[in-house]
Amino acid sequence: MKEESKEFTPNILYALCSWCGSGGSETAGAMKLHYPENVKPVRFYCTGGIDPVYIFRALLEGADGVVVSGCHPGDCHFDTGNYRARRRIAAVKTILNTLGLDGDRVWLRWVGHGEGKRFVDTASEFDEHIQEKGPSPLKGIRGV
Amino acid sequence: MIREIPRVGVYVCHCGANIAAKVDVEEVARFASKLDFVESARDYKFMCSDPGQQLVVDDIREKGLNRIVVASCSPRMHEKTFRKACQKAGLNPYYFQMACIREHDAWVTEDPGEATDKAKELVQGAVSRVLHHESLVPRTVDINPNVLVIGGGIAGMQAALTIADAGKTVYLVEREPCIGGNMAKFDKTFPTLDCAACILTPKMVAVGQHENIELLTYSEVVDVEGFVGNFKATVRKKPRYVDMDKCTGCGVCNEKCPAKAISEFDQGLSKRKAIYSPFPQAVPNTPVIDRDMCIYFKKGKCRACEKFCEADAIDFDQQEEKITLDVGAIIVATGFKPFDPSVAERYGYGKYPEVYTSLEFERVNNATGPTEGQIRLKDGRVPETMAIIHCVGSRDKNHNAYCSRVCCMYSMKYAHLIREKTGANVYEFYIDIRSPGKGYEEFYNRVQSEGVQFIRGNVAGVTDKAIGEDEKGKLIVLAEDSLSGRFLRVPVDAVVLSVGLEAAEGAEAVARMVGISQDQDGWFNELHPKLAPQATPSDGIFLAGCCQGPKDIPDTVSTANGAAAEALSLIMREKVEVEAAVSSIDAERCMGCRQCETICMFDAIEYDSALNVCVVNEAICKGCGLCASTCPNKAIGVRHFGNEQILSEMEGVML
Repeated sequence: MKEESKEFTPNILYALCSWCGSGGSETAGAMKLHYPENVKPVRFYCTGGIDPVYIFRALLEGADGVVVSGCHPGDCHFDTGNYRARRRIAAVKTILNTLGLDGDRVWLRWVGHGEGKRFVDTASEFDEHIQEKGPSPLKGIRGV
Repeated sequence: MIREIPRVGVYVCHCGANIAAKVDVEEVARFASKLDFVESARDYKFMCSDPGQQLVVDDIREKGLNRIVVASCSPRMHEKTFRKACQKAGLNPYYFQMACIREHDAWVTEDPGEATDKAKELVQGAVSRVLHHESLVPRTVDINPNVLVIGGGIAGMQAALTIADAGKTVYLVEREPCIGGNMAKFDKTFPTLDCAACILTPKMVAVGQHENIELLTYSEVVDVEGFVGNFKATVRKKPRYVDMDKCTGCGVCNEKCPAKAISEFDQGLSKRKAIYSPFPQAVPNTPVIDRDMCIYFKKGKCRACEKFCEADAIDFDQQEEKITLDVGAIIVATGFKPFDPSVAERYGYGKYPEVYTSLEFERVNNATGPTEGQIRLKDGRVPETMAIIHCVGSRDKNHNAYCSRVCCMYSMKYAHLIREKTGANVYEFYIDIRSPGKGYEEFYNRVQSEGVQFIRGNVAGVTDKAIGEDEKGKLIVLAEDSLSGRFLRVPVDAVVLSVGLEAAEGAEAVARMVGISQDQDGWFNELHPKLAPQATPSDGIFLAGCCQGPKDIPDTVSTANGAAAEALSLIMREKVEVEAAVSSIDAERCMGCRQCETICMFDAIEYDSALNVCVVNEAICKGCGLCASTCPNKAIGVRHFGNEQILSEMEGVML
């Protein structure tokens, strides 16, 4: 949909839990803090419910990077979902690295409900980080 | 699975100019109308308005729509509104999806063209998701009618009384030995100058005697589990070493106790005993033994209190106790702590004995305080000149940027009291006078007419380095008078620092425990600063008083009543609707490995040994999806957050 500018614009998926992650994104909205428009938030119920398959699928379907944000340790709405997410994301990174597909295209960073600034900073930093990396080698591999 | 052919209606909201100023809403609607299965797409000024909702209702009925997408604000804001509209038109509310193009797009994107593109992507994601939605029945659960109030200051007390008067049971938990909080330490209250104790004591007694209030003092809430309507709170009752049932509050133990300690209640200006009640009118009037200062606990000998106690109430073997409370709603009223001025060294607090914090000065003024209400210097002299410095720790980038709201008023109260009690000259060093409130500006005028000198300017420091004769033995306040542009040295006998308010000690732990957030200054965040000031994003958790930001007593009491009304409104419903999004296990695929059973935080999964499969108890399941992402056979799905729904949304937003 986007025109190719001279610089590469990554396609970034921002997976948020319905509690702190979404809350942080909404606080950012209420504070009118800007972040790159190519970072697209998608709401999940809990980061613990994010199946590694979702992340692989996103990378296969055209995402250049996936960043996940949920409640800070100890704050999970479901008590320990975020700890599960932390382990899973670590496993996802290992799998990607093992396959020779850069595990650093997936980030996990806690963002609290009131942390609009942190949300925006994460979105912007991750965007820059993926811009440096260039397009995902998996992009379009599934074909049409 | 045979499904009817989806007929999707898309509605793009302008939200006045909130969305339309950045996003070309007509273009987004045009784009949406070309998506597969979209029957109609339109834009409208305010979708959440009655006519906006009616559009949805009419279209469902007239055009036979069976899937609805509204692109507007966050689902937290209006998902319920539009689900209800769908229901009104006879459509299952779960055939609705929201695309958040305000918080996630219009408000956070710089360029209008890019914002429009992003809105299209978000709408596309929502449309592809809604195609996979299923009809679900919302579940209802019973609400426990009891309420827990955390914090026994004026806010917590007021909230507890309002709820208890309505006939509901309230557990009021206070970590100090008695209730009353900061207000109990105050002398007079502005602008009416009625004494804090005179208006607070009857309330404390009412709380202590109320048949519907269970008062848990010297206790702390250490854990909160559960969800709206059904919370389980664990309370740790610290040992008082005095049996509350036997103690008559006669005070003999306090008289006989040989061990002395610094009185926290008097802000360190006086001494108390090791067995003590913080102040004479304390509720409850059962004393506590300070284990760290008690001679018996330190040396194994003494027990003087026990010897003299006629009621036989002293119990050195008392142990800490943990109890669990079942409640439907929680009111957080943890209050504030005063700013500690020792970190701002230029004011000389801690260095010069005649520099007081405002709370210390409250105690000096109080008839039950260290000087029995007389304003005296530490050497017993009556002060001839005094300075009051405003905004200590407030409106100061080095400490707290916010205005603490109450300091101007209480500073002027002090000025009045000093003039009245000692006739001393009073200098008020202020930045701006903030006196918005009933009778507040009038009080300012009154204090001005009483001869108090107001100097507009920031204070650079307080020193005892005298230059001239007139400064010898005095404290010199160095300040700029910004109205005359002069630099001043004002010699005074004593200085009161009008310290600001900060979130109470332990606020962070409370926030984590009940699942609410704090702003950058540590105050608790409300659901909406204007329209939902007492509610929080966590259903069933409400805020009262200063824990959400500095407030004076009238505002604190108002918010406490507001929180009480919200809590009552919740528990009176008796039932609460909870998300229909729960897990379900496909028995055909389940191999009975029981990993889901282990991982479930809520014990919602049971193992059926006869069939060797796991089964979800839907009444307990919260729909977090941990089990689904754990299941190695992919036998578990979460309704409304299923694989197809999530993957299609992801693909939609990425195209």
